[in-house]
Amino acid sequence: MREVNVSEITQAVKKLCMDANYYLPEDVYSALQEALKKEKSPVGKSVLEQIIRNADIAREEKVAICQDCGLAVIFMEIGQNVKFVGGDLKEALFEGVRQGYREGYLRKSTCHPFTRANVGDNTPPVIHYDIVPGDKVRIVLAPKGGGSENMSRVMMLKPADGLEGVKDYVVQRCSESGGNPCPPVIVGVGVGGTFERSAFLAKKALLRPLGRPNPDLELAAAEQEMLERINKLGMGPMGWGGTVYALAVHFEMEPCHIASLPCAVNINCHAARHKEITI
Amino acid sequence: MAEDYIRLTTPLTDEGVEKLKIGDRVLLNGVIYTGRDAAHKRMVEALDKGEDLPFDIKGAVIYFVGPAPAKPGWSIGSAGPTTSYRMDPYSPRLIALGLKGMIGKGGRSQEVIDACVKYKCVYFGAIGGAGALLAKSIKKAEIIAYEDLGPEAVRQLEVEDFPVIVVNDVYGNDLEKEGRKQYEVRD
Ligand code: SF4
Repeated sequence: MREVNVSEITQAVKKLCMDANYYLPEDVYSALQEALKKEKSPVGKSVLEQIIRNADIAREEKVAICQDCGLAVIFMEIGQNVKFVGGDLKEALFEGVRQGYREGYLRKSTCHPFTRANVGDNTPPVIHYDIVPGDKVRIVLAPKGGGSENMSRVMMLKPADGLEGVKDYVVQRCSESGGNPCPPVIVGVGVGGTFERSAFLAKKALLRPLGRPNPDLELAAAEQEMLERINKLGMGPMGWGGTVYALAVHFEMEPCHIASLPCAVNINCHAARHKEITI
Repeated sequence: MAEDYIRLTTPLTDEGVEKLKIGDRVLLNGVIYTGRDAAHKRMVEALDKGEDLPFDIKGAVIYFVGPAPAKPGWSIGSAGPTTSYRMDPYSPRLIALGLKGMIGKGGRSQEVIDACVKYKCVYFGAIGGAGALLAKSIKKAEIIAYEDLGPEAVRQLEVEDFPVIVVNDVYGNDLEKEGRKQYEVRD
């Protein structure tokens, strides 16, 4: 067994919170520059230019890309030969989020669902644990904004709806979302499993680097078709009209129940933030 | 700044907003107020109780934003718009009292669009997710009400050439609808 002290986890999470919020991933940055070349609307072009300039300012001055620094979504892959020492792992993750959001001048956005009283330290994070072979710990931290999350849905389609039904649902979801999720967006599609598994797959799809289609040719073709149909709607950057509404559609699939066809659409804004570390 | 911008200084007047059409790019100057979900709820509750609003609503512009904390040397943290439809249930009431401008992102309900026509108010869009850039146009920020709401407290902001675009004008036009029509590709 390899021992990992949880204090190391706290320090790692703290840094990930800050880095994820200051530095837009390279793949997203280049996709925005590509989008600028493709965009036909003058307003859309100017929106994209300002989004790129915003990412530059955030990176250079180490400030949040967006004021909505998100709920901290943590994906943790724990090698089965790792033993955590020095305290409670979950508490170590919470503490990392607390310190990261406080010391990084990041907005705390968690609140009581009904009184809406702010929790004050951006806890709890949303944590997905996975046990994998090996003796390493991989942590991916993806701050998720409310605007784009609010446009996401899970739909229990009928098996008869098939792949065409999935495509139609995804395009319709984007059409109804308009400017709300801060387009240009990245669309995560999860099909399969159960109700909650499809949502998890859609969220995971958002972590896949841009420019890397699904290795399955049929799914890759579906991704491309959905992307084209979404952009043809004409909604454009910020929904003010244009040719680039989505940067990519990422489609993940798993087997489901013989009675079901769960389909989740998780929309991410252009501030598609995530950072990772392997300990 | 480019020539095609219209400069406006708050408080806004009927004559000022009547000149604006959807798609116009505007640079706002002067004082604007922040308010998002929780602040709107409180403002409308205050009106229900016959109490005053935290600022003079006549000619005012409300910016739907919950800024990030300011780093040393900054007047405010990242401060881009939040999604506006959540304020739709509250906005018509404030518009009827003299609110002249709102800044947010995303579309508005027909009720809000109608109120904008009836009472002459404009809905501006700012670029969502460009909070670091937009913070550069905010020269001063001060909490003036509901401090307990944290990021959702009402702040008075002094802005200089704050860049927005007209999304809903006083003539009932809608940039989201028109922009989409213009760029839609039908096979
Ligand atoms: S949707 Fe994304 S870019 Fe837009 S305000 Fe929310 S976190 Fe920021």
